[in-house]
Parts: sequence; structure tokens; C-alpha cells
Amino acid sequence: MSGMADTFFNLAVMRQYLPKVIEGMGVTLQLALAVVVTGLMLGVVLALLRSLRFKPLNALIVVFADVFRAVPALVILIIIYFALPTVGVRLSGFASAWLGLSLVLAAFAEEIVWAGILSVPRGQWEAARATGLGFAQGLRHVVLPQALRLTVAPLTNRAIVITKNTALASVLAVGEILYQAQAGYSFSYNPSPLTLGAVAYLILFIPLVWFGRWVEGRFAWKR
Amino acid sequence: METLIDGFFNARILAEAMPYLLRGLGVTLLLCAVALPLGVAGGMLLALASTLRSRTLRWAATIYTDFFRAFPPLVLLLFIAFGLPFVGVKPAPFVSVTLAFVLNTSSYYGEILRAGIESVAGGQHEAARSTGLSRWQSLRYVILPQAVKNVVPDLVSNTLEAIKLTSIASVVAMPELLYAARQVQSVTYNATPVIAAGLIYLVLLWPLVRLLSRYERQAVSIR
Repeated sequence: MSGMADTFFNLAVMRQYLPKVIEGMGVTLQLALAVVVTGLMLGVVLALLRSLRFKPLNALIVVFADVFRAVPALVILIIIYFALPTVGVRLSGFASAWLGLSLVLAAFAEEIVWAGILSVPRGQWEAARATGLGFAQGLRHVVLPQALRLTVAPLTNRAIVITKNTALASVLAVGEILYQAQAGYSFSYNPSPLTLGAVAYLILFIPLVWFGRWVEGRFAWKR
Repeated sequence: METLIDGFFNARILAEAMPYLLRGLGVTLLLCAVALPLGVAGGMLLALASTLRSRTLRWAATIYTDFFRAFPPLVLLLFIAFGLPFVGVKPAPFVSVTLAFVLNTSSYYGEILRAGIESVAGGQHEAARSTGLSRWQSLRYVILPQAVKNVVPDLVSNTLEAIKLTSIASVVAMPELLYAARQVQSVTYNATPVIAAGLIYLVLLWPLVRLLSRYERQAVSIR
């Protein structure tokens, strides 16, 4: 048992790599926050563009949403970070992860918000226009407030799933939690830094899991 | 344009890469065939545990679910693949990946199925019991069929995520689709194999993505 403790909870090793893992938590938080903000914004903008019902544009949006929902996030990150340089586009690891994960979140968010917009009965649109509101005003004051309320729970859950994907950025050598933990592991040849990394993720994500469940109960899609 | 086609859609390199990619796809499909049923079965056990009278078992199921939902799957995988050898267990990559995969996806399936069981009105159970069915029979023939039907969209969504998740196995050098593509990419210094792998995932998962959009629309329109 003491062997087990020495291996996975080696205090000397943990003390040595704790600052690095904490530094990694900062990077994970930054990346997660950046991805959630840009991803959700882009997703809502795309759904709004889709509501213009301009056919060629809608076809493009659907292709975008389908591609970025179907292809695994890790494949997308690897294409951006390792493949784009071969045609002369070079992004840092952080920028690649930010861009890639934002696009994935945007694709899912677009489909969810669009489903929300579609769910608002036609009569609401017509009533808004009949009272003299323009297209944008009707969207802004009548349709969106109803549409977005329905999408709060699925959007929150999707955003939480994507923030967990920030761990994939370690493959692009971004100094987030997992990268630091792995580096510590290979320097010390002791898995205690991985334990630290695991604890760091639990500290960040357990509250998110609970928050997601709370939101789900509060804004549940009524069937 | 020339460099783009040469770097991303190079026919010669694609022809060279194809046998490796197909072998990789075979491993990906095998992994899905082994790990997905185990994940669903584990999730079902967790959901059933949440219906038990024993408070300890209910709590254990909740702790398991929250713990593994908070853990990024890649972290779990590295912990298993790098950590287990230190306690004298040296699992083959396929075993580590399957273990990480089942621990992760069973927690998600468990949460979904639990929500499904809770969505069935309490009167259903009482009615079933009053017709003489046992607790188990009522669960098996009355509650579960309705519970599963209520959460089909979430099950589809999670299955999509689970299949995409197999791509992280490439990080521990399991020769699935993404790993095969990266191997050929590093030999040829050309992005075509990775792009092709992305396209294979797209073809494989596109039907699921379309199905998901349809369910999302139904979920918000039936009110």
C-alpha cells in the first residue's frame, strides 16, 4: 500500500510539479472561456443568418454545421495545427485549439439555436410584423426571447462538453493542465503529476457538471 | 490553389495512404463494436442502481456518474495507460482504451437513462404493481420501454460523441483511423491522409448528425 502511495501520491514529486499544474489550470480556464464566448457567439450569428432564409447561404451553413459536428474535435485540431502549415498557414497551438474548438461549438450551437427559432410558431412572426415591427425588430423582440429560453439547457450542456475537450490541446503542446501533468510525469517518471492533473480537472469540472444538471432542471425542454 | 490541392487533396498520396486508412477504420469500428455495447450496458446498470431502495447504492451510482462526467476522457485514458504499468498491470493499448472508453461513456449513458426513468410518471409503476407485476417486471415491461423512448435523442447524441471519442486512442498509439492517418502524414509530410481521415469520419457519422438535427427540432416543436 505504501508503494501505491509512493507511486500515485508521491508528495515530493507533487510539490515539485504543483506550480506547473496550477499554471496549467490558468491556461485551461483561458482557453475554455475563449472557446465558449467565440463558439456561442458564432453559433448564434449563424443561426440568425439562417433565419434570413437565403438558400445558398443556408446550404453553406448546413454544410459547416454537419462537418464540424461529424468530424472528431481531435481530427480538426490536428488538421489546423499540423496540416495547415504545409500550405503556409501557421497558427500557435493555443490559437489552433481556440479556433478548432470554437468552430465545433459554433456548429452545435447553430443547430440548437436554429431549432429554437423554428419552434416559435409562425403566428408569432406574423403578429409581430402586423403590429408594424420590421424583420429585425420582430426577431429581436418577439422571436429570439422565446427561442433562446428553450435553448439554454442544451447550449449549456454542449458548452460544458466542449470545455472538457480543452484537454485535447495538450496534443498541440498547449501548456494546459494535461500537458503540464504529462510533462511532469515524463520528467519524474512517476504518475503523481497525472494524479495532480486529474484533481485539477475535478476541481474545475465537478461544479460545471452540477451546474449543467441544475440548468437542465430549471430550463428543461418540455416535451 | 495548386499548393492547396497538392498539399490537401493529393491523389498519389491518397492512393498510397488508403490501405493504411482502411485498416485504421477497421480498428476504429472494432473498438466501437466492443466498447459501445459495454458502455450502454454499464449505463443501464447505473440507471437501474438509481431506482434501488438502498441509499448507499444510489449514492455510489451518482458519485460514479459525476466523477467520470467531470473527467476529460483523454485525461482518464492517459491515467490508465501510463499509471497502470506502475502497479504491475501492463494492459495492451486496446484494453486501456476500451477501459477508459467504457468508464467514460457508461457515466453519460447512465445519466441519460436515469433521466429517462425519472421522466416516466409514478402512476405507471403503481398501475403495473397493482396488476400483479413484480417490481422487476414492472421495470422491465412498463417503465424501461417508455424511459428509453423518451430519451432516444440524447442517446443518439451521446452515441455520436462516443464514436468520435475513439479518435483519442491515437494518443496512446493504438492504430485506429486517426493514428494511421498521422503515421502516413509524418512519412509523406503531406496533409492528405489526415484530411481523408476527416472525410471518412464525416461519411460515417453524417447520418447520425442529420438524425440529431431532426430530433432537436422535434424536441422543441412539440409543446
